[in-house]
Amino acid sequence: MKALLVGECRDGKLLEYSYELFGFASQLGAETAMVLVGNDAALPSYGGTVYLAEAGKYGEYNPDLHKRLVQAAVEREKPDYVVFLHTSYGWDLAPRVAALLKAPQASEVVALAEGGFERPCCSQKMRQVVKPVGSPVVLTLQGGAFPALVPGGTPQKQALDAEGEGRTEFLGYEAAVRKGVDLTRAEIIVSAGRGVGKKENLPVIAELAKALGGEVGASRPVVDSGWMDAGAQVGVTGQTVSPKLYVACGISGAIQHLAGMKKSGFIVAINKDKDAPIGEVADVLVVADVMQFVPALTAKLAK
Amino acid sequence: MKILVCVKQVPDMESRFRPDAAGVWYAETDLAFRVNEYDEYAIEQAVLLKEQLGGEPEITLLSVGPDRVVEAIKKGLAMGADRAVHVRDPESHLKDPFQIASIIAAYAKGEEFDLIFTGMQSLDRGSTQVGVAVAEALGYACATTVVAFEYADGTVTVERELEGGVKGTVRLKAPALITCQLGLNQPRYPTLPNIMKAKKKEVNVVPVEQLLQQEARLVLAQFSAPAKKGGGVILEGDVADQVDRLIGILKDKTAVLR
Repeated sequence: MKALLVGECRDGKLLEYSYELFGFASQLGAETAMVLVGNDAALPSYGGTVYLAEAGKYGEYNPDLHKRLVQAAVEREKPDYVVFLHTSYGWDLAPRVAALLKAPQASEVVALAEGGFERPCCSQKMRQVVKPVGSPVVLTLQGGAFPALVPGGTPQKQALDAEGEGRTEFLGYEAAVRKGVDLTRAEIIVSAGRGVGKKENLPVIAELAKALGGEVGASRPVVDSGWMDAGAQVGVTGQTVSPKLYVACGISGAIQHLAGMKKSGFIVAINKDKDAPIGEVADVLVVADVMQFVPALTAKLAK
Repeated sequence: MKILVCVKQVPDMESRFRPDAAGVWYAETDLAFRVNEYDEYAIEQAVLLKEQLGGEPEITLLSVGPDRVVEAIKKGLAMGADRAVHVRDPESHLKDPFQIASIIAAYAKGEEFDLIFTGMQSLDRGSTQVGVAVAEALGYACATTVVAFEYADGTVTVERELEGGVKGTVRLKAPALITCQLGLNQPRYPTLPNIMKAKKKEVNVVPVEQLLQQEARLVLAQFSAPAKKGGGVILEGDVADQVDRLIGILKDKTAVLR
């Protein structure tokens, strides 16, 4: 069994989580090769074959061309699996590769299952097992679901090329806008989620943060709704935090949010949905309406 | 200009999900359905573009699913779409993302849309495949995870949301397909007059058999709740009691409260 792993570069560097692909391949018991659109400096610490296409020529985001580069590597390796990370790069490119190869694709895989793959559904609340029909199988892996594995060694580099032009033109990266409080240094964070209900309810969250001597954070829907500035957002596309205490108020626990806060020392979640995915990481899950529980907690702390 | 918006109806995610009789997807009993949140951003972007271009573009809404999806279609029409296509499929939940994309592409093939908007994923299945697969089937340029959109003279410029708050700017030419990420815009609430107007708009019903010739590439084998990792304390019941117990735990287990 063989897996072709699709590594990922950004700004000339190999993204660390590319090593999770090796962790997955080892669980699968598969031989591996990697394909990477990058440069020599971005080669992984890995003793096997790496098909390297020059990012200087093909760009770091040029999905039409990257699709054909992956196809060229597939033709040489004849893998059973073509494996991506479930990232903005992976979920963009994987379906294009699957279309080209007429291959089944399972997205955001979190575990191996008998004859298939386990993946989350219903906003992470449930799991499904899907079984692919045909080969090769294209997979994207949920970030953090498989442990990173650094195989070590020096890659045997094979140059990779593809013909043609892409239909998208990449104009460049724009760095994250950082304003407001640096939550990465906060020891206590009280975060507001959609369960807070409306913008007018936010002072209740701020008062709890004040009573605890902490800062206020937010989940993505709160920022998207314009209730709070993007600088307060905790998660994959916001800040990654690790306070001593994290209080999640009305946050369901989308995987992108969990990725940004699960390293907190102690996690308290307040949610009226007992099955909310935030319960998976919470040390204490308070099953209650945020607008009833939080003011009561603040009042008691103030005494 | 012709614009297509693909819309899926999904259950409220605060629902309690139980396996269906076959044990491969959720049972629909007791579930409240609504427009997939990402698709609301797709509808809004199409309507904003129509407004920007002085009302010239025609917006067609398409939804694949059983009879209940008419409610999602009505909402999209009330938000400002001009007409709709309901691909009637009582068993759409058993189709894989490739089949759903094939159905949409088969419809779109003859229509020559200039732009297609979809959500970047559905809240229930979350495959992130359908939009891209439609673009591939039609040979359209495609950008995913879009949080900013501009259109001028057949050229689309978008910002894609990447990890760590970084964005990537991408330019592509129509015909193109855009998958919409949360935060792209502020989806509007339909007004009462627009809800009334929507009732008169055309909804063309097409049986799925007319559009689908593809076999599934993924078979659904199981649907279940995740194994609880456990360890966490769950506090239920009276609020005052919950407060006291939480404060006790915080004093006991953390150095945060003195």
